[in-house]
Amino acid sequence: MSRTSAKRPKGREMFALGNEAVAEGALIAGCTFYGGYPITPSSEIMEIMARELPRRESGVFLQMEDEIASLGAVIGASLAGRKAMTATSGPGFSLMQEHIGYACMAETPLVVVDVMRGGPSTGLPTSPAQGDVQQARWGTHGDHPIIVLSASNVQECLEMTVTSFNMAEKYRTPVILLLDEITAHTREKIFVPEPDEFAIFNRTVPAMPPEWYKPFEETVRGVPPMPPLGSGYRFHTTGLTHDVNGFPTQRPDEIEDLMLRLFRKIDQFYPDIQLVDDHQCEDAEIIVVAYGSVARSARLGVDMARESGVKAGLVSLRTLFPFPRNPLIQRLGAARAVIVPEMNMGQISREVKRVASNRVQVRALNRIDGDIITPTQIYKAISQA
Amino acid sequence: MSHVTEIIHQYLRHNKKFPHVFCPGCGHGIVLGSLIRSVHELGLPKDDVAVVAGIGCSGRIAAYVDFNTIHSTHGRALTFATGVKMSNPKLHVICIMGDGDATAIGGNHLIHAARRNVSITALVLNNNIYGMTGGQCSPTTPEGASAMTTPYGQLEKAFDMVELGRAAGANYVARGSVFQANMLERFIRTAIERPGFGLVEILSPCYTQFGRKNHFKTPVDMYRWLKENAVPRESWEKMTEEKRRGRIPVGEFAINDAPGLEQRYAEMAARLKEEAER
Ligand code: SF4
Repeated sequence: MSRTSAKRPKGREMFALGNEAVAEGALIAGCTFYGGYPITPSSEIMEIMARELPRRESGVFLQMEDEIASLGAVIGASLAGRKAMTATSGPGFSLMQEHIGYACMAETPLVVVDVMRGGPSTGLPTSPAQGDVQQARWGTHGDHPIIVLSASNVQECLEMTVTSFNMAEKYRTPVILLLDEITAHTREKIFVPEPDEFAIFNRTVPAMPPEWYKPFEETVRGVPPMPPLGSGYRFHTTGLTHDVNGFPTQRPDEIEDLMLRLFRKIDQFYPDIQLVDDHQCEDAEIIVVAYGSVARSARLGVDMARESGVKAGLVSLRTLFPFPRNPLIQRLGAARAVIVPEMNMGQISREVKRVASNRVQVRALNRIDGDIITPTQIYKAISQA
Repeated sequence: MSHVTEIIHQYLRHNKKFPHVFCPGCGHGIVLGSLIRSVHELGLPKDDVAVVAGIGCSGRIAAYVDFNTIHSTHGRALTFATGVKMSNPKLHVICIMGDGDATAIGGNHLIHAARRNVSITALVLNNNIYGMTGGQCSPTTPEGASAMTTPYGQLEKAFDMVELGRAAGANYVARGSVFQANMLERFIRTAIERPGFGLVEILSPCYTQFGRKNHFKTPVDMYRWLKENAVPRESWEKMTEEKRRGRIPVGEFAINDAPGLEQRYAEMAARLKEEAER
């Protein structure tokens, strides 16, 4: 992953919850600001940050009055130069949509962790689900690109949190890390590398003198440099559609320039952003595509199928959006069927169908009763495919 | 150019495409001028000032001034501002909000920013109406007044921001009006200078959306109304109940010295550091 060397990195072992690993990852990534509101099943992240941040150099923790305020404070902190995050679950995630859109428009790096629980509404606060996948993609209004990542075990919670911060900083964008209640509340042994074992990316700050700086100007990467507030670069940030100086505009050419750049800065880096893992895919006839805790069940289901002589494989998605079309297609090889198990009625299977149904049969395996999809269920689906 | 105009020009953004969005007779330009003079009087470097605005006519002020400026979301300016102030306590953070912005959609944030007593200067430009969206009633529209969404008169009681701010724990609470610009400037200056949360409600007429619907013949009539009815707190206190009716007191209503949240946070962090080193 993001480790710098191939030899065994320095670090320590830890027996951790998924949520603890997220907090650990955030601190490694350099997060110094957390603004949040308590909600099951994500609260442990907040509690750890409440304990850790005030003890660390310039760390700031704030419990806000609601999730709207939480993300508002996180945006303010990010504009002031901090690496900042919040964590929540479904009902809070709904409230955050307004400011996710602002962060897209104002190109504010930040990380939102959504530990998915059963919904809609208050739903099932302590049961797992994966019902927020398309909300993470399209929850805020308006056309926009966004990065949505996920993790299937506690070790990945740590790694993907670091990756989330890296991508947020690199692309000046909000990154959503979608976990589910099982991954967040599983306790297992993980390896926590020393912070310097990770490649950590910090946002680019302007090198030119302030009078030359145009805050939303085109660059090679499509990502303009971003100075912290108060560093001598005085500029305007707004959620209104703006010109290169950050001032509101209604001119079609300026509107188009901005919108296309916002898309392009993500689109042209798909290979860097679209992360998938594979397991036994080379000769697989049946491939399971899964994410989150379901990917873990799927791995066992695939192994069970292999033992019984069925050539099965797994593609587990660490990046959900931008949907990893090419990495997935490359791994489909000669497969004749794809199975997409998920704890919703088909939010990712629809994406898989969109990119692969012309070459392979795609089947959804759905469960929405608040319980996990078991390895046996997946094994059975493979056997019947 | 007069001396005052000269000062104002030093602080306006000349790469911003003027003219501004305000209607003739709008009070917001006077607030903009008062804000600039306050910052100038205090001698604050432009780099040390962050202006965080909400959404509405008042929110557009942010784009015109040559500070670090954030035009945030409707009602949420104080949440952004809290993040900014806590991240960089050296910045003087000034929020500009409208009455609908601060007391309707952002009411909860206003209460909690005051309760936290974080050192932010909150200027609420109260024109008793939603101006930008076309003149709908707001929580400060007076009882009986006409608006696009109260065509038969406002039934609900208006919010008293001063009482609200005081009760919620703001260090400094004042109400001024754009008619009394010198007084207003003093309030803004005091709010910026003092620690903790400073709330300044500013009566700022909107002829276009409020005045015309409520029997004011010209914008000048609205300023005349302010002159006659925005009475200094001291006189207000001596008035009979009957005389107070239809009038509104202006002045300072709370002046406390409690340390701001960022200050208390820094002390906690220092204490934790000391304990860890021991
Ligand atoms: S609508 Fe009212 S508040 Fe808005 S600019 Fe015009 S006069 Fe001012």
